[in-house]
Amino acid sequence: MAYLFRTPQQQTEMLQTIGVPSIDELLTQIPAGLQHCGLLNLPPALTEIELEQHVRKLAADSVGAATRTCFLGGGAYDHFIPSVVDEITGRGEFYTAYTPYQAEASQGSLQAFFEYQSLICELTGLDVSNASLYEGGSAISEAVTMAMRSTDRRGNVVLCGGVHPEAVQVVKTHVLHLDTDVRVAPLVNGVTDHAALAKLVDDQTAAIVVQDPNVLGALEDVAAVSALAHQHGALCIVAFDPLSLGVLKRPGDRGADIAVAEGQSLGIPLQFGGPYLGVLACRNEFVRKLPGRLIGQTVDRNGKRCFVLNLQAREQHIRREKATSNICTNQGLMALRATVYLASMGPQGLREVAELCCQKAHYAAEKLTAVPGLKLLSTAPFLKEFALTSDKPAAHWQAKAEAAGFDIGPCLNRLPAIAGMSAADRDRAFLVAVTECRTKDDIDRLAAALSC
Amino acid sequence: MRNTQAVQLLSELSHTGRRAETFPPADVPTRSLNEMIPADFLAAQPPQLPELTEPDVVRHYVNLSTLNMSVDTHFYPLGSCTMKYNPKRHERLAKLPGIIDVHPYQSPANMQGLLAILYETQEMLAEIAGLPAVSMQPAAGAQGELTALLVASAYFRDKGEHRTKVVFPASAHGTNPASAAIAGFDCIQLPATANGFIDLDALRKAVDKNTAVFMVTNPNTLGLFEPDIAAAAQILHDAGGLVYIDGANMNAIMGITRPGDFGGDMMHYNVHKTFTGPHGAGGPGSGPIGVRDFLKDYLPGPIITKTTAAEGAVTYDLTTPVKSIGRVRTHFGNVGILLRGYFYLRTLGAQGVRDAAEQAILNANYLKAILAPVLNVPMGKYCLHEFVASASDVLKSRGISAMEIAKRLLDFGFHAPTVYFPLVVPEALMMEPTETESKETLDAFAAAVQMILEEDPEFLKLAPHTLPISRPSDVQAARQPVLKWTPCLRD
Ligand SMILES: Cc1ncc(COP(=O)(O)O)c(C=O)c1O
Repeated sequence: MAYLFRTPQQQTEMLQTIGVPSIDELLTQIPAGLQHCGLLNLPPALTEIELEQHVRKLAADSVGAATRTCFLGGGAYDHFIPSVVDEITGRGEFYTAYTPYQAEASQGSLQAFFEYQSLICELTGLDVSNASLYEGGSAISEAVTMAMRSTDRRGNVVLCGGVHPEAVQVVKTHVLHLDTDVRVAPLVNGVTDHAALAKLVDDQTAAIVVQDPNVLGALEDVAAVSALAHQHGALCIVAFDPLSLGVLKRPGDRGADIAVAEGQSLGIPLQFGGPYLGVLACRNEFVRKLPGRLIGQTVDRNGKRCFVLNLQAREQHIRREKATSNICTNQGLMALRATVYLASMGPQGLREVAELCCQKAHYAAEKLTAVPGLKLLSTAPFLKEFALTSDKPAAHWQAKAEAAGFDIGPCLNRLPAIAGMSAADRDRAFLVAVTECRTKDDIDRLAAALSC
Repeated sequence: MRNTQAVQLLSELSHTGRRAETFPPADVPTRSLNEMIPADFLAAQPPQLPELTEPDVVRHYVNLSTLNMSVDTHFYPLGSCTMKYNPKRHERLAKLPGIIDVHPYQSPANMQGLLAILYETQEMLAEIAGLPAVSMQPAAGAQGELTALLVASAYFRDKGEHRTKVVFPASAHGTNPASAAIAGFDCIQLPATANGFIDLDALRKAVDKNTAVFMVTNPNTLGLFEPDIAAAAQILHDAGGLVYIDGANMNAIMGITRPGDFGGDMMHYNVHKTFTGPHGAGGPGSGPIGVRDFLKDYLPGPIITKTTAAEGAVTYDLTTPVKSIGRVRTHFGNVGILLRGYFYLRTLGAQGVRDAAEQAILNANYLKAILAPVLNVPMGKYCLHEFVASASDVLKSRGISAMEIAKRLLDFGFHAPTVYFPLVVPEALMMEPTETESKETLDAFAAAVQMILEEDPEFLKLAPHTLPISRPSDVQAARQPVLKWTPCLRD
């Protein structure tokens, strides 16, 4: 009976108005032979109190970052989330609204998403941002197809080996059947091997994708990748970490044509991998190739500034099989989280978070490489995350840390293959990410746990 | 009294030196940034974000929120979207530690409770679909469609068949052809019968050994059950093709009939519609797919497996099917939305699921009946969970279009129905009341429609009259797109 309004008397009245004796009569549209006999085999219904007890019991059988001390990275991070983010996105007026198709009834969402787009442009140094995609991996794959359409090249795309290997798989899933060659340049010393990269690029390359910081946390020479791409008439796609831009140069200032990101670090909880936020921004000339929704500013019939869904002729509900993407439902509420997060941070807050992560990560790297046997996998600079290796399996270190209440990793063998790293290399390496939430004490105790 | 601050942009509210969030100084020995990161990589200054205090941010967004209509505040009969009530218990439970704070790469041993929930969700979705294997990777319905089509591709490739065509009816949602095109198929659109149903003759003509998949929404986007669905499925199966059920309308049939029982080989759910994952002003969604046994090895991973040891201990693990098409996204799926689906299904149970569908059907038919004196519904004597009315008659007789009715309804405190979709009905007003509305609300809505149809058409052309804005200019928006604010004023 949950959430239903029916009373026996009203149901009778309604059936009379419809002109049928029973609901079963309305169901005769469904051929009898196709109707399911009896009830489905589902677990019994629970009242709120029973559900609460049941779920609390199961939740107690999981322990996450709130209980353990989380040094896990690999594209999802235990960053601090200001309470204002939860307060605002917890408002029913936002989270129980639909896509803002009726502009007059949706100015709240529309303006918030316009602000999101503006903030992402400021963050990336690019001209246009869409109103969100699903998550970081499919954002890369959307950027790749966008580049193929923009350059009119379908021959190949080149990914730097430091692109998150799950995202590499996503790209392959999406474009392999188009006979597009997905080429992955190997890593050397934990960063892109630029000589090897140059050999993979030719006049059929639609785009080069570089991730910075890369999956190992190492910083990449984005400007060199961009120069190489442009030299061959290809686009440069940069996958970035939004929080890193508190200190690092913006993708748009380093030659990116399209910038994409996993936006989880902008106030989105870990929740086992989703929902997160796919960020995509580009230079003006590609705007009509953009996937997903775009909010535009306009005026109403009284000349008042307002916001609407704009340039919809790119989208599936208008263009159908010729649309720039099939995306319909996006990640609206996650975009709102990012918006409120960035509004709360401001330039100084963003800088402080990035600096704190950087200071703490460098302290952690120093402490952990002082542990006998552990060393940095790469000598390249890093921001908040780095890879460690040793002559022991990574699982050895992870088990030690876990036993002491710390989560480190992922071990690289938990991820799909990384170009330029052998299986044995990956078995021995693991990531450590240090956010602003970790304290000196956490780091010292982790180092101590790994030392004994 | 509206607060005008709400409609200022963040950039206009900004004042240099203000801030909401501050951080403690580093508790580790610090170095200069330049020592850690070469100067080449470093920005001279952080991005020029607006500078605001926490009260600024809160007042701005709380006021903005009041400019929205939402399920919590208004009747929202937006057809095809299933705007049902979003239970509040879900929100609290989804935020429990052990759920909200689980990192995707932590050890599965430390997330057995969460995996148990997700495993049970996977099983319940399989049962409701009548399809045994489920992948919960897809982030929304459209990604589910694409995923299933890639599964179909891989299956045919494995069989050594090169099938190039995807067939769908004209009433299909735009994502169907868009997904088919992205999956590399040629799109074949079928005309409908005069009643808006699958035209079996046209289907027979279109389907051959090059046809991979027939994509069909059932109940269809007119809110009607396809009477010939089984025969249509047979045509595909005889030709060696597959049937894909777009499950956007599962709210009408859950517990009553199952895609697997009426010939579907694959389907997607929209958990954000049928199972109340809130819509979030456009997302996130979750679009799990269900498939038949012979397709399960191609599903994207990870999926959750359960093993029971001899002594009865249960372990859940994450595995990837042997011939998987690969990932369609990073990480597991939109877990936060799947969880809400789980809470919902555990609240309803089997009887509740069926009751919800039946009441959705009752409400839609009641609304259709009380609107019948004033608005024509061209297709179907009775409907399932939604129906498509047409304003053609009133457009002819009084010059009132579907859009005018929709806009004026906003003044009466009702969200508008879906307009101009599906394309097979002229001046379409697609209404889906859902089961979580009362008879009183439906009566009031119908009364409003009736009043609107008696109003001066010139007055309607300017509607809405009482909302914060009225009739934004799409033409101006498109002619000179303004897609971001002009940079923050610095003082
Ligand atoms: C019939 C139909 N199919 C597919 C979709 C696409 O689903 P989603 O928006 O979750 O991607 C929708 C949703 O709008 C729909 O109504």
